[in-house]
Amino acid sequence: MSLETLSEFNWSVMTPEFIILGVIALLTLLDLFMPKRIDRRILGWLSIAGIIAAMAALFSLLGTEPTSILYDTFTLDMFGKSFKLLLLAGAGLVMFLAVSYDAKEGMEDYRGEFYYLFLTALLGAMFMTSSGDLITLFIGLELLSISSYILAGIKKHNLKSNESAMKYVINGSIATAITLFGMSYVYGLTGSTNLAEIANKLSAVVDGQHTYLLGLAFLMIFVGLSFKLASAPFHMWAPDVYQGAPTPVTAFLSVVSKTAGFVIVIRILISVFFNAAPSGDGGSILFKMHDYLAFLAAVTMIIGNVVALKQTNIKRMFAYSSIAHAGYLLVALTTLSANLIFSVWFYLLAYMLMNLGAFAVIQVVTEKTGSAEIADFAGLYRRSPVLAVTMGILLVSLAGFPGTAGFIGKLNIFVGAFYGEPHYVLASIMIATTVVSYFYYFGVMTQMFFRPAREESKFNLPFGIIVVLIVAVVGSVLFGVAPNIALDFLNKM
Amino acid sequence: MNLQSTLSILVFSPLLGIIVLAFLPKQSEKLIKVVGFLATIPALLIALAAYLHFQWGKDLADFAVSKAWIQFRGMGGVPEPFFSVNYELALSGFQLVLVVLTAVVATLSALAAAKFVKKEWKGYFMLFLLLEIGMLGVFTAENLILFFIFFEITLIPTFFLIGKWGYFEKEKAAYSFLIYNGLGSAVLLIVIMILFAKTGTTNIEMLAQIMADPSAPLSGDLKLGLLISLLIAFGVKLPIFPLHSWMLKVHVQAPPSVVMIHSGILLKIGAYGLIRFGMGIFPEQFKTLSILIAILGVINLLYGAFLAFIQTDFKMVLAYSSISHMGIVLIGLAAMNEAGVQGAIFQVISHGLISALLFFLVGVLYERTDTSLIGNLGGIAKGMPIAAGFLLAGAMASLGLPGMSGFVSEFMAFLGLFKELPWIAAVGTIGIIMTAAYLLRAVLGMTYGKSHREFTGVLDLKGVELIPVGVLMLLIVVIGVFPSVLSSPLQTTLETIMLGIGG
Repeated sequence: MSLETLSEFNWSVMTPEFIILGVIALLTLLDLFMPKRIDRRILGWLSIAGIIAAMAALFSLLGTEPTSILYDTFTLDMFGKSFKLLLLAGAGLVMFLAVSYDAKEGMEDYRGEFYYLFLTALLGAMFMTSSGDLITLFIGLELLSISSYILAGIKKHNLKSNESAMKYVINGSIATAITLFGMSYVYGLTGSTNLAEIANKLSAVVDGQHTYLLGLAFLMIFVGLSFKLASAPFHMWAPDVYQGAPTPVTAFLSVVSKTAGFVIVIRILISVFFNAAPSGDGGSILFKMHDYLAFLAAVTMIIGNVVALKQTNIKRMFAYSSIAHAGYLLVALTTLSANLIFSVWFYLLAYMLMNLGAFAVIQVVTEKTGSAEIADFAGLYRRSPVLAVTMGILLVSLAGFPGTAGFIGKLNIFVGAFYGEPHYVLASIMIATTVVSYFYYFGVMTQMFFRPAREESKFNLPFGIIVVLIVAVVGSVLFGVAPNIALDFLNKM
Repeated sequence: MNLQSTLSILVFSPLLGIIVLAFLPKQSEKLIKVVGFLATIPALLIALAAYLHFQWGKDLADFAVSKAWIQFRGMGGVPEPFFSVNYELALSGFQLVLVVLTAVVATLSALAAAKFVKKEWKGYFMLFLLLEIGMLGVFTAENLILFFIFFEITLIPTFFLIGKWGYFEKEKAAYSFLIYNGLGSAVLLIVIMILFAKTGTTNIEMLAQIMADPSAPLSGDLKLGLLISLLIAFGVKLPIFPLHSWMLKVHVQAPPSVVMIHSGILLKIGAYGLIRFGMGIFPEQFKTLSILIAILGVINLLYGAFLAFIQTDFKMVLAYSSISHMGIVLIGLAAMNEAGVQGAIFQVISHGLISALLFFLVGVLYERTDTSLIGNLGGIAKGMPIAAGFLLAGAMASLGLPGMSGFVSEFMAFLGLFKELPWIAAVGTIGIIMTAAYLLRAVLGMTYGKSHREFTGVLDLKGVELIPVGVLMLLIVVIGVFPSVLSSPLQTTLETIMLGIGG
């Protein structure tokens, strides 16, 4: 590649990525040369500034036509823009949690990494939204994963944190290996790593043997990626990792990492397998695999919601809750309705708001009490009405009651399930497990509002937490009452 | 005059109270109670004005409002909305009557709450007002999604009102309320979604029209399945035996002011749903099921009555009596003729008033004597003659004494069923005798029964307490003596329903 062709590319479409990359470089150097005594929290604020700048750059790009550069390995289309926005917003909120985080033990010396590793993970996720090639997709995925492994274990002297990182890295590697194995079949069948080209070649596959191989590849890729979604069968890491990792990292894993997981699943499912190996009777391979997807979605919802009932640790409970939400999102994927991308996007938006808000409350409470037992939420209404009411609204949204974004998100998925060919069983499981989820979400409510407090001390809310709570509550209610704000915005892109 | 925003103001007027309450300090008990009470007044006044509007011969359709609200589109600028929900409120005669009932009971319950609620008034009244928004919305919503949204909005405040301000087993009661009703509304949502996917609309009037059209894209079996699902969804709410166990817990454990609302209004949502959606949208299938519904009604009536007879706690007597009386609603509906349906609707209103009255009295008795056991309350008439008098009058209304609202409704419901299914109706009449038996046993046992302790020290009803009792009693008698105050607004609704059944 000569310098001339390199300069011909429309690099401006990568501005948000470049900004994040620049901030990472800057932070690494600053961390290196800054004297030890300076509080590294400043790096966190710089990261927030970087994320805001990247968002601004993305906004300025919203009007651009779909553009591909670097021989179709990087594409900025509506899909990329809309999900990138989610990732940036999610990571921004997580950074606010991170600057308010007080680790208490085992971390002070490593603060610097704590901030810029979030950014490298974010960069990986952003590349995934835009990549048009299996290689860049995979590199983005690995950048995200490896940064998250370190983040989970960043409390170096804390046993739980170490266990969490260890479990995460081992499970993650296995999952990645499976995904990669699946991808190798796809490459073997088509001889290309470019998604558009793969889709093109696969639509011509008619050979029964090849179809079989393709089905296998599909399942392997999907099963491997279910690790990132925290959905069955690769969900078992979630409770341990969520419990052991520092709260901002848990929040990051449950929101940004999950969003990135759905990004890659949709990319591969829709662009590669949607028209693959069409046959006269049942349509493409994706439609033939439909029952497996439905089964995994159902199992994910059931495991997530039922096991959450038994949890006494709030972070573990939220891990299972996050598994359950992955299951709802898989329902949207399974039904393949016309508004699939939109309903996944909206649900992830709603989920980001309510989950990050809830983690903000969890962070404050666990820091104060030193444990993450649900029983420690007892009497929160007495100790801090603001925190309790905020958490109440977010829990109501998580449970999917009307008036909140969580309801609109579920309704959206639900409508999709009945459109076209109706999925009665899957929809019934979804709604039945939703009712089951009332038990554990309202269990926290019971503690906060009905039970007496163990101690009466009040809470001081750091600035970062207040920002997250305001954004989360206002967003959850606003998108619940007037969801068209988000819808129209998306349609204008 | 443009009345389009009237209904929105009616439904959301309690919101003003919530906002004001949010800024009041927690400790100012008096002020909070006054604001909480006053916040229910605008809805009451508007509801009464709408009633007068109707009685002066003007059209209720003036109130209808319809605006685009949510539109889901597929991505990539698909012009046709994938799914849209309009914000549609309207008032028919039936809805008007229920809105007035809601507004009246809500105001009286706020008065009662000022009396009965002993802690955290601020939270109580904010939740209570939210509940009122939900109830008013349920009865004015014109499309199923909006109905569902308001329906779910009633769940959360009720959960907290029971769980925080209730008696000993309040949390258990709150949970079983939440889960049973959650399951009920889950079934309801599935029905709504199937209807939407098949017809492309959730507007109630339009759905009724589409279903009446023989070329509708739904098979008869599917319609029957949907109606049975609706029967389950609203059967939880009504409640229909065997889906009733949650309701007993709620009636015993919830604070009296909440039970007034719960028994007076919330249970009636089940009846409203069955009539408006079950009968309104699937008239033919309703006819197919009418024998089943009649039998369910008789079971409810007898089961409730028999169990009410052996209860020792007066609250339990009233709870089973509610089940029994909801059986009469089902009996009236199963008749599928004008008298029957009218009787059912009358029963809905009448029971709303009577149970609100009786539960208020129970609340007063419990507050004065720390017990609601019939045995322990023997001879209460000596200490509290006025309360005992109203208790007796309420019981008379409940057992259907002529001249009171209970009589009109029971009489018409049975009249209807005797025309259609005389044998089932004949079995049902046993229930009426039982009703008289258990109510008299309980009430006489309390008022004139053997006295175990002296009630000379306890205070009788006085001051503000007389307002809820007086108003409710007045309404019960007015409906009993002049049934036309109710039947005239219901006329057009009944005609529409009859048209659906006949065609």
